[in-house]
Formats: sequence, structure tokens, C-alpha cells
Amino acid sequence: MPNFQLTINGKKETIDNVDGEMPVLWVLRDILQLTGTKFGCGKALCGACTVHLNGKAIRSCSTPISAVENQKITTIEGLSQDGNHPVQQAWVQENVPQCGYCQTGQIMNASAFLADNPNPTDDEIKDAMNGNICRCGTYNRIHKAIRVAAEKGGVS
Amino acid sequence: MKSNSIIKVDRRTFLKTGVIGSTGLILGTQIACSTIFGEEERPKATFSPNVYLTINEKGEVTIVAHRSEMGTGIRTSLPAVVADELEADWSKVKIQQAIGDEKTYGDQNTDGSYSIRMFYTPMRKAGAAARMMLEQAAAARWQVDASECSAQNHQVVHKPSGKKLDFGALAGDASKLEVPTDEVIKLKDSKDFKRIGKDTPITDLQDIVAGKANFGLDTQMPNLEIAVIKRCPVAGGKVKSFKADNALKIAGVQKVFTLDSPGFPTNFHNPLGGVVVVADNTWAALKGREALEIEWDNGVNGGYDTDKFLSELGEKAGKENTTRRANGDAAKALKGASSVLENTYTLQHLSHAPMEPPCGVAHVQEGKCELWVPTQHPQWVVGSVAGLLGIEEKDVTVNVTLLGGGFGRKSKPDFSAEAALVSREIGGPVKLLWTREDDIQHDLYHACAVQRISVGLDKDKNVTAWSQKSMFPSIGGTANPEAKQPDNVEVSLGMIDFPYNIANISMQSGDAPAQTRIGWLRSVCNIQHAFAIGSMMDELAEARGMDPIDNALDLLGEDRDIDKETLGEQFQNYNTKLEDFPWKTARLRGVIQEVAKKSNWGKELPKGRAQGFCAHRSFLTYVACVVEVETDENGQVLNIPEIHYAVDCGVAVNRDRVKAQFEGGAVFALSGALKGAITFKEGRVQQSNFHDYQVARMKDAPDNIYVHLIKSEEKPTGVGEPPVPPIAPALANAIYAASGKRLRSMPLMG
Repeated sequence: MPNFQLTINGKKETIDNVDGEMPVLWVLRDILQLTGTKFGCGKALCGACTVHLNGKAIRSCSTPISAVENQKITTIEGLSQDGNHPVQQAWVQENVPQCGYCQTGQIMNASAFLADNPNPTDDEIKDAMNGNICRCGTYNRIHKAIRVAAEKGGVS
Repeated sequence: MKSNSIIKVDRRTFLKTGVIGSTGLILGTQIACSTIFGEEERPKATFSPNVYLTINEKGEVTIVAHRSEMGTGIRTSLPAVVADELEADWSKVKIQQAIGDEKTYGDQNTDGSYSIRMFYTPMRKAGAAARMMLEQAAAARWQVDASECSAQNHQVVHKPSGKKLDFGALAGDASKLEVPTDEVIKLKDSKDFKRIGKDTPITDLQDIVAGKANFGLDTQMPNLEIAVIKRCPVAGGKVKSFKADNALKIAGVQKVFTLDSPGFPTNFHNPLGGVVVVADNTWAALKGREALEIEWDNGVNGGYDTDKFLSELGEKAGKENTTRRANGDAAKALKGASSVLENTYTLQHLSHAPMEPPCGVAHVQEGKCELWVPTQHPQWVVGSVAGLLGIEEKDVTVNVTLLGGGFGRKSKPDFSAEAALVSREIGGPVKLLWTREDDIQHDLYHACAVQRISVGLDKDKNVTAWSQKSMFPSIGGTANPEAKQPDNVEVSLGMIDFPYNIANISMQSGDAPAQTRIGWLRSVCNIQHAFAIGSMMDELAEARGMDPIDNALDLLGEDRDIDKETLGEQFQNYNTKLEDFPWKTARLRGVIQEVAKKSNWGKELPKGRAQGFCAHRSFLTYVACVVEVETDENGQVLNIPEIHYAVDCGVAVNRDRVKAQFEGGAVFALSGALKGAITFKEGRVQQSNFHDYQVARMKDAPDNIYVHLIKSEEKPTGVGEPPVPPIAPALANAIYAASGKRLRSMPLMG
């Protein structure tokens, strides 16, 4: 099986002897042991596995490793040094998480969105976040935290 | 719960619990507790220590969290209660998650919204006893009277002299003192609370946002294999034959073998059986599973069809059934009524679908088994795994990870048991994963249900009779083929605990044999009962020409504690005595009046927008809610501008988390109310993932959710489940008010 080179959280990685169809999610979790990226549905329906590919949000459960060769992946572990990205800070300020499982995917989706659109409307936030499911139902606080992060700036 | 007494724990016992050893003061508390649902499989009530508090010589406080964290904040809120009474500096408190250990901790089953209800007082006493011992130790050191010493923010202060000693400096001396008995433990005055009744952020907050929190799927260890299982599409079915050749050709697949099926009923703890694929990584395991060729024997449930089942239940609901509560003579009163209002309310099966599906790591070696699982009920895992492996319970260690959602699904030990059996088979550690398809198609579902309600009115529109037939498969049917009707607990979840003051009441249930695994889902039977009763109350208000809130208050009658005679012999009060947690209609009246005020009930709204109301007590917490909806002319929901809740849960221990449970509970309830439905054809679940088992997304969520907490000094009651029941009926009532479309089947947008 082939090898793949890519940059993950700023570090060059070579993934040896792996099926090119293997989703990035399982490369991250099973091979690199970066478990902050979560499995939720395996079909790009819930957003728990969201990471950044060259700064854009993608669903890592449905993106094969062969499709991201030589590109840049950022996971929740690499979003900031100490969990202090403005979006993460806003999540803490608003006490968003309940169980917390989906929140890394929510944060990765929100941070990519805000980088593109630093001053979104309420409806734009809903459009951007509608693909990320939270069964605990923290949507109102997620929405608020995104507003807070946008207003404080530093997101792009 | 009977008595609480604090005991000192010897170091050996303490170290066994897995807490890092330290010198200093160690306290445990003994409490009696028992289960809420009373299945035989669950641990019996015991007297045993259930929490440990240690203070070491550095002044570090470790508090053991013995309840599972699935998003309620309990891992933070109960330790915060201890810390408050102790006068500990929260920044110096470490929280240690307990392993599953009934002898040490008592019942650890985290469900039934009862962690706060059962453990609030024991935790206060544990903290207070330690505080008193530290004060005594300081008094001895200073040779003054203990009454002159008081603990304040991690120090003991001698008031007259202003001398101070840190907790750490006193821990050694305090550990040599006798623990104060229950009678002399002095709890704080509520005005001195620093955490109780205020907001404490969850202890895992920073780890969660940084991606460092460890859930069930995140456990790593050397040589860990990954397993997935192909289970029979029909509950209780078996593997007839299978071919693994193609699966074994996939690179990384190590082993393929069968797990026995228990047949049906499956019971709660048994794995469903099927064909297991073990591989070096998840992707290989999934590809291997896809390549399996399996022929199934579908077993007894191969004909299960929910359309047919619900239609049969509807027919049965028109007949006489089994009486669960009777006041007066409802049949006679209905015959003599001037008019009768009669309607049927239906609910489809629901799936829990926690964002983290069932999963877990197990390692069986040398006759012992260690597990790392996201379980609500570690002790049931201990018992089940020991039984299935044929080893002693002492040889099973259950480490409880964070749970990526639970909602009742993760109180069942079946998936942990699967992991243990697979580990034994391969002779090494294994991580078992349920995919979302596995989860949606092999859940222990919330019961589908039919409720038929007939209400009699006299010529002056007074209500003379309420007759309700509640038809749904019992959770008990998952274990016991004879359990064809709901048990007393199930009918007490929102039906026979009916509070309205009507002279003639008949509550019945009927036969509804389970044809799939039925489990408890957040608020359990309160879902169908509140939907039916809350909807009928609204229809009744219209029939009486009354405002829905005036109608509810009118039927509630004079403020009173509802007596046992009225509620009947079968009534269960959430595993508590009615004397301890009386059914106070004044508290329901209080939340109804509060929600009317706060929601500006009856306010003018544009065409197509309206408010709907429902009040419902569950898990001893009193809740009223008003949902405002915007619909099109066909009653399709366009938007939910706001939801108001008024809540009386006694003392709101961690206010922000109480509010969070209601905010999230509203959204969770909207999933089932708007679009969630599990249906069966030929024994198979027709849905498979979030595209066809739809749950609420951000656009479905209300624009605003307001939670109004009644200020109360009453004993605290749970808040995990009570947010759910009143939402669907309040929404249906709002849709009717906005569009004139009366929807009597959940999901309402189905």
C-alpha cells in the first residue's frame, strides 16, 4: 500500500503503507492518535469530524487520505497553542459544552467560517453551522459564542 | 434514603479505589440508595460509602466523582457541593472519576435524574464533616475553643486573634480526629453558600474545547485492535451461516468470528450477537465488515411492522383494558355526560443517537478484565461482564470515561459486554466501535405508543370524567416475555400521577408485547403521556371556551398535596416516598403562573404566529413551558421564535448547568417532536443515519430559550429529564393556535 505525505498541524508527516481510501478521520485517530477529531456518523452528516484542509472546513470522515496528499490539515490540537483561539475562548466564556463530544467539530467549523466571514449575520451563522449536530442541544450557546468571537475579533 | 453517616476510610481501602495515594485527611460517606426502575438486574439498595474526599499536606483537595458525566455537569456539580461546605478554594480541588465499585460507592447508575436529588445532602455532610475536623485541629493547635475557629477559603481562621492556618497544614492533625456523627454535623447556612445556587463552569471545559477530553472512543494503548460487529437486522435474530473469505483478504483484518445471539427477548446486558471483524485500524475493520457474506435467521421478530402494530394498539385502545388508577366511575360519568371529547395520540419509536455511539475498550488477560467505557452504569457493566466471562466481579475493573452523550442508551451494559467478549476471543486489548448505522438500527428504542383519551363534560362545560388508555410496549419486555404491559413505574411516568382534580378518572394500559429492544430514553414514558395529556388539555380548553392556562389552573383545583388514595396503589413517586417528595399542586400552579407572566402569555402576534402551553411534573421537578411558533397555513413549522420554561426544582444547585439542561432538553425534545421517528418493516429498522433519522439542527432550534427558575429552599430535584416532556405538546398546541391544524401524531412534521 502507498505512502502519503502531508502537513498536519504544521508538522510534515509521512503516513506509511496505508489504503488510499482510508478517511483522514481514521488516519488522525488510529495512526497519529490525534483523538480530538471525533467520529459521529461516517457520512458527512453531523460535522463531529470537522478539520481544516488548507484553512477550509472539511468532513474528515468522508475525505480519503489520497485526496489530501501534500496539503495542510489542521485539527483541533493544532488550532491554537493552548486552546486559546478566539473561538475556543468564546466557547469557554459562554459555557457552551454539555457532554462536549461534538464541540471540537463545532469549533473547527466555526473557526473556518469566521476566518472567511469575520462579521456574519445571525442567519449566516445558522447556515454555516447547520451541518454540525449537537444532541445535547447547545445550539443557542454555540450561536452566541460565534457572535462573541466575531465581536472580539482576531478570528481571521 | 435513610441515614447518612460519615466514616473515615483506611488507606488500604482508599488506595484500592484508584485514587493517587496521599497522606492527610480522607473521608467517605455512607448512604443508602436504591435504583429508580427496579429491574432485577440492577443492584439492590446497599449501605456503603459512596464518595471520597482527601486533603493532602500540600492542601490539595481531591474529590471523587462517582456519577458518570454525560453532559449534565454532574462531575462538577456534586464536587462543587462538597467544596462549598468544606470552604475549599475551588482552584485547589482536583476531581477524580471513580471506577465502578458498588461496595465503595453505592449505586452509581447515573439515570433517573437523581444524582443531585440523592447525593446533595450526603455531599454537603461530607464537606461539612471535613470542615469541622479541620476547625477542630486548628483549635487544638492554638489551644482555643473550636467555636472560635472557622474555615474560610482553604484556611482555618481564629477569629479573636486573626491567626490562620492553611488546610494543608492541618490535614495531618485532622486525620487523627474522630469523624463527627450525623447529629452534630453542622451544615452551612444557605446565605453562606459560595457555589450552591450559583454558577460553576464544568471542570472539563478547557479540555473539551482543546480536544483533550477523553471519551469512550479516545482510549489508546499499545497493541489495541479495533472491532466492529455485523448484527442481525432483526432484534433477536441469529447468524445462520457466513463467509469471511473476502473480509480476511482486506489488508489489516486480523480475525473474523461469531458472537452468540441471545434470541428474544435479548435482555439488557447480552450482546446481540453477530459476526465480529477485528482489524488493525477502524477503516480495515469497516471494509472487512462490508465484505462479509451472512445469511440470517431473523427469529421471532421478523414480521415486526410499526404501522400494523400502532394500528392494532389503536384498536385495543377502544376496548376495556387493565386498570392502573380509578377514581369514581369514569365509564358511568362518560355515559351521562352532555358531551364527550375523544382523541387518539400516537408516537413512533425514538432512538437515543448520542453523538458518540456506543463503544468501549476492553482487555481480558489472566482471568481478569479491565474496561474503559462511556457507561452511565459501571456496576451493571461489572456484573454483566463477570457473568458473561464466568469470572468474579472483583476481577472486573470498569474505568468510566467521559460520555459523548447518554440519554439512557449508555446505562445498558450490552456494548461493554461485547468488547469484553471480543477481547477474550482475540487475547488482547480491543476497541469496539458502533457505527452510526449500528446505533440507529440496533438501539434499545423508546416505545412507540398510542394514547386514547375520552373526556366527559356536563352542560355547563364542567369536566366530569377523564378516561385514558395508554398502549405501549414495556421496557420490561426486553428481558421478560411475560412483561406485555407497562409496569407500575412506567405508568407512573406522567399518567397515573395525573394531578387534575376531576371526580371520575380511569387510567388503563393494555397488552403491547415488545418486538424489538425497548429501553429508557430521556424522560421515558413521560414523553407519550405528556404529549397526550398536554394536547388533550388544550383541546379541552377550546371545548370549554377557556384560555388554556386558565383551564389548567381551573382543573388543578385548590392547592393541595395529592394523597396516596387518589393516586392509587400502583402509583410510584420516582423511587421516593410521597411524604419525602409530596405532589404539591401549588408548585405546579406556581410554574404555570410564572411562565404565563414571563412569556407574556396571550400577547398579540401576527397571523401565523402563536403560543402554545403545557405543564408537566416529572422526576419530582415542576415544569411549565410556553412555545411560540411561526407556521404556514398548513401548520408546517417555519420558525420557533422563543420558548419559555418556568422550573421549580427546589434548590438549583449549579444554576448555569440547570439552565443548560433546559436549553438543551428543549432542543432534544424538538428532535422527537418535529421529525425523529424509527419505523420497522419486516422486523428491520428503516432508518440508518442522520439523513433519515433526523435530529434537530441549529436551524430547528428556537431563536431564544428562556429558563425562569423559581427561587426555592425545597430539596433539590433532577433536571436532566424534566425539560423534555412538555415541549412536544406545547409545540403542537402552538401549531394549532397558529394554523388551526391539530396534530396528534409525533413526529408532528412527519
